[in-house]
Amino acid sequence: MDLENQKRVKEFAEQYGPENVVVLLGAAEGEASGLAAETVTAGDPTYAGPLTGVSLGLTVYHVVEPEVKEEFDPAVYDEAVSMMEMVLDVDDIIGEMTSIREQFCKYL
Amino acid sequence: MKAVIKGAGYILVHTPDMVLHNGTTQTTERIVNPESEYLKELPKHLRSFDEVCAYYPNQVYIGNKTPDDLAALEADKVRGWVDIKCDVTDRYGKFGQIMPQEEFLLLMQACDVFQLVMLDKDFVAEFKPQFAANPLISEDIVAKIPEAQTEAAEIARLVEEEHSEGLYHNGKLVGCVKRAHDIDVNLSSHVMHEDIVSKASSVLSILAAIKSTGVAKDDVEYVIDCCEEACGDMNQRGGGNFAKAAAEIAGLNNATGSDTRGFCAGPSHAIVEAAALVASGTYNTVMVTAGGCTAKLGMNAKNHVEKDLPALEDCLGGFAVVLTADNGVDPYINLQMVGRHTVGTGAAPQNVIGSLVAAPLAKNGLKITDIDKFSPEMQNPDITKPAGAGDVPLANYKMIAALAVKNGELQRADIATFPAKHGLTGWAPTQGHIPSGVPYIGFAREDILAGKIKNAMIIGKGSLFLGRMTNLFDGVSFVIEGNDGKTQEAGGVSEEEVKGLIAKAMKEFAATLMAQAE
Repeated sequence: MDLENQKRVKEFAEQYGPENVVVLLGAAEGEASGLAAETVTAGDPTYAGPLTGVSLGLTVYHVVEPEVKEEFDPAVYDEAVSMMEMVLDVDDIIGEMTSIREQFCKYL
Repeated sequence: MKAVIKGAGYILVHTPDMVLHNGTTQTTERIVNPESEYLKELPKHLRSFDEVCAYYPNQVYIGNKTPDDLAALEADKVRGWVDIKCDVTDRYGKFGQIMPQEEFLLLMQACDVFQLVMLDKDFVAEFKPQFAANPLISEDIVAKIPEAQTEAAEIARLVEEEHSEGLYHNGKLVGCVKRAHDIDVNLSSHVMHEDIVSKASSVLSILAAIKSTGVAKDDVEYVIDCCEEACGDMNQRGGGNFAKAAAEIAGLNNATGSDTRGFCAGPSHAIVEAAALVASGTYNTVMVTAGGCTAKLGMNAKNHVEKDLPALEDCLGGFAVVLTADNGVDPYINLQMVGRHTVGTGAAPQNVIGSLVAAPLAKNGLKITDIDKFSPEMQNPDITKPAGAGDVPLANYKMIAALAVKNGELQRADIATFPAKHGLTGWAPTQGHIPSGVPYIGFAREDILAGKIKNAMIIGKGSLFLGRMTNLFDGVSFVIEGNDGKTQEAGGVSEEEVKGLIAKAMKEFAATLMAQAE
């Protein structure tokens, strides 16, 4: 995850409390989604950014996951996300995200 | 009037030492983790010049192989085309060339008009003949290399004591770029190094385009630079003007120019602007050019090293496209079919693709499937896949296909075959603006002239949010079409029609005079 984004996530967690923050991802691949999810839960796996060694344990989802989809107005979801749903490997993304959440999320 | 594509030049510069010393992934790592295993390991993953020339995507970039040749290769699932040795290993191609680092350091010095690039006299003595033998390097450029060069000890002192940026070759300090001002950060040695590299690789691109198109240097009236660097001092950080600076060295004596910026979308913006300048009759011949970017060298090298791959981002990229007034033959840019991501478009991928692809086609009564080839972000997947970013062109094609499905123009089952039919396999280096649609322009021109395709859409996309001025995304697209030879005049009136109208008016005037005389 971009170093500046790591900094912003860390600041939001400090400002609002980690239990009140949900990180919503839109990455195009399962692996990239998993890496971003790991960064905001267990810490930066690349040891480069402000979240290195910082385990925020934030709640994190990808926008194509069913838990998130059901929160949307279906018309808005159709207009903004349905095309990408056709393109992305949704099952792979769900698998990666679920695995990271089960291991590192502290506020589920 | 139509603005036609006269041709293009494409160059790569193999700069392995700049990967280590100037790529931001490496410079950042040296600050945060100077003893890291990665920094120790990376030099072992650098490729030789011969390996770079034998790498298939590079041969496509300079025009010795085609995108179709590349698509026909069977890539390894993990290592892609890395272990395939191309049957053509020539450093020169029909579009341009792959320049080795030693020649490029000399070209940097030739492009420096403020005596900032200092080179070791032994290094110059060894490589100047090779530089002069490069077919794109004319005598006037060789003559810009000063006779008096610098002692190695003085270069070491300049780096150690005077904040100069070192220039290395095969791990050895062989020169430096001095700072251009003692306290102005915008003229620091780091910035000057980056800017001179961009300028020099742009000069090489211009020279390649001049050679491949056969356009006379004196015919070029305007140059637009669309790289992603900024040159200026502390009072005007991006004052410019790379375009005119490069045109001067390349010998385009009748040209002026300016810089257009838009992150990776810059080249598409610049080509639309260039086409409009030609179509309006403002200039007859306009060149769009961009040099390469040192910061992005080795950008994903951590992932490459981790997966035991070569550090594939070891080349600067450059390109130049020449647009001229209609000659009735060359493919032209249809300025009635320009797509743009507007402020109100939004960031959702389907809005982005809708604005760039579907909207301009619908305006002209066309469907997505009416475009034979799309050229969006043409990044080489060998580079991006190991970094977790996937196959970028393929992702774009899937999105375009999915939008066609949503618009009822394609069956859902046909999404899988759409990329092979309407797409290309990425071959461009991940140099930001370089892969953004433009690598296909040279081939698109040839494919249209050969009748292989009738049209192609070039799509540039830019991540404006990286500049922290806006959270907006950006993009521009345009369509290249075959030239039917019919004159397309501005305002819909041809020269013949104008002549006819004048003749008619003269006759009427004469008749009036005669009537008055009677």
